Amino acid sequence: MISMLLAAEFAWWQTTAFKLVMAIVAVLIPAGTTVYLYLFKMVSFMQSRLGPMEAGPYGSMQLLAELGKNLQKEDIFPLKADRAVFALAPYVVLMSTFLLAVVIPFGPDAAFTNIDVGVYLALAVSSVSVIGILMAGWASASKYSLLGGLRAAGQLIAYELPLILAVVGVVIQAGTLNLQGIIAAQNQQEIFGWGAIGNPYILTQFVGFMIFMIAVQAELTQVPFDMPIAESELVSGYMTEYSGFRFLMFFIGEFATANIFAFLASVLFLGGWSVPPFVTDLLGIAWDSNWMNFIGPLVMLTKMLLLTFIIYWVRFTYPRFREDQLQKFAWKFLIPLSLLNIFATGVLKVVF
Amino acid sequence: MTSLGILAAEMTNTEVWVTNSFFLAIAAVSILAALKMVTTDNVVHAALYLLIVLAAVAAVYVILGAEFAAATQILVYIGAIMVLLLFGVMLTRAQIGSETDLDHDQKWIGALISVVLAAVMGYSLWEAFSDAKLPDNRVPQGTEAVADSIFGIYIVPFEAISVLLLAALIGAVVVARRD
Repeated sequence: MISMLLAAEFAWWQTTAFKLVMAIVAVLIPAGTTVYLYLFKMVSFMQSRLGPMEAGPYGSMQLLAELGKNLQKEDIFPLKADRAVFALAPYVVLMSTFLLAVVIPFGPDAAFTNIDVGVYLALAVSSVSVIGILMAGWASASKYSLLGGLRAAGQLIAYELPLILAVVGVVIQAGTLNLQGIIAAQNQQEIFGWGAIGNPYILTQFVGFMIFMIAVQAELTQVPFDMPIAESELVSGYMTEYSGFRFLMFFIGEFATANIFAFLASVLFLGGWSVPPFVTDLLGIAWDSNWMNFIGPLVMLTKMLLLTFIIYWVRFTYPRFREDQLQKFAWKFLIPLSLLNIFATGVLKVVF
Repeated sequence: MTSLGILAAEMTNTEVWVTNSFFLAIAAVSILAALKMVTTDNVVHAALYLLIVLAAVAAVYVILGAEFAAATQILVYIGAIMVLLLFGVMLTRAQIGSETDLDHDQKWIGALISVVLAAVMGYSLWEAFSDAKLPDNRVPQGTEAVADSIFGIYIVPFEAISVLLLAALIGAVVVARRD
């Protein structure tokens, strides 16, 4: 039955339609999961309260309630706003999220695309969201929004550099920009001749991993890097004037991007959809056998949940940086450190 | 079909049709956005129209199979230059609605010069490449090939540009510091 299904040939429009649906699934389902698990429940337990309990068992239907609430709200435009730009801004932010999602592989064949420049394209399209944030900040015709938008842009420019430079170490070790190639390299390489768990780059690129996760936290404007939406001074920054569905799009964009970055980090540093070689040896299947197309998405989901747990843990634990500390941290600490990491990786690559 | 620069001996008719219609749509969007960019009466709108033009160029690179160039176009032009431009415009003069002082007396001379420039460049491109054909078995340009050519035959220009950019960087810091 399964082999028949796998052998079936599909026309290009069928695969395209299927991929379109799956892209929406791959962005929205993990976003809903992490928002309920971490944003609603985990933070409540950390603050000794129960969180949503009324909608469904343990409040599990709370997301649908929130969706309904936001959909029926009035779509408010400020009087002096630039209506066209104001209306388009959330779409630009969400577009960046979906463009990021299409490069993530979930299995040997379960990927939307398998392009040669994978990780480079991912980092490139992640910067498109800044445009949307600047558009929102400017078009709202509000001081809070404009300040929030400018802060966001300054912060995202500053933290994009360490984000890219942290990945360079991984690319040097793997010898490819292709995300499937990076996964294969992590599965096939050995650490000093010991290959039972392959070479997940979290072990050999730990500095790069730390820089990447810090930069991701800043790119997502999560606490402690949430100066752009600092609610005590800027109401909620560039999102201040938005309501209803457009606010919901910003909300989805924020949390879905957190998941996509966690997916990307698990591909780059945790071995992606592959499981350690000793497990596949035990099961007697090849590391990229067809079964991985079914197991791979679950492996990716597990790794993503682990990494988003860290993101939200930090978010709910640390106080906010001041604007100047935030910029200094990026330019004077993270960027020199990531350059050093690239240098050390290059030297070690040549030596070994 | 080949006059569009999209030659496809290996492609089926449907694929050729789809590729060409995408190219035409992208070209139309980019020309319209370029026209709107120079005629709009708001600085931020002009910047956003310019962004559409740059994104359309990236899309053309994708159609040509130059994925690395497309990603670089997005990263450098949209992710860095346009963000800095919008940032600068919004910090200084970010008026909503139409502005009156964006017009200029010499716009007709400017229009004439740009038409002449477009004609000269278009003519020379047409003369040089109008009967050149893309290879039959065209595959997306691999990153390895790009890297080999940058660090192989183009190593001297690459290093020269690096030094030039470094000099510009230091110069910008010196100009900005004023002490």
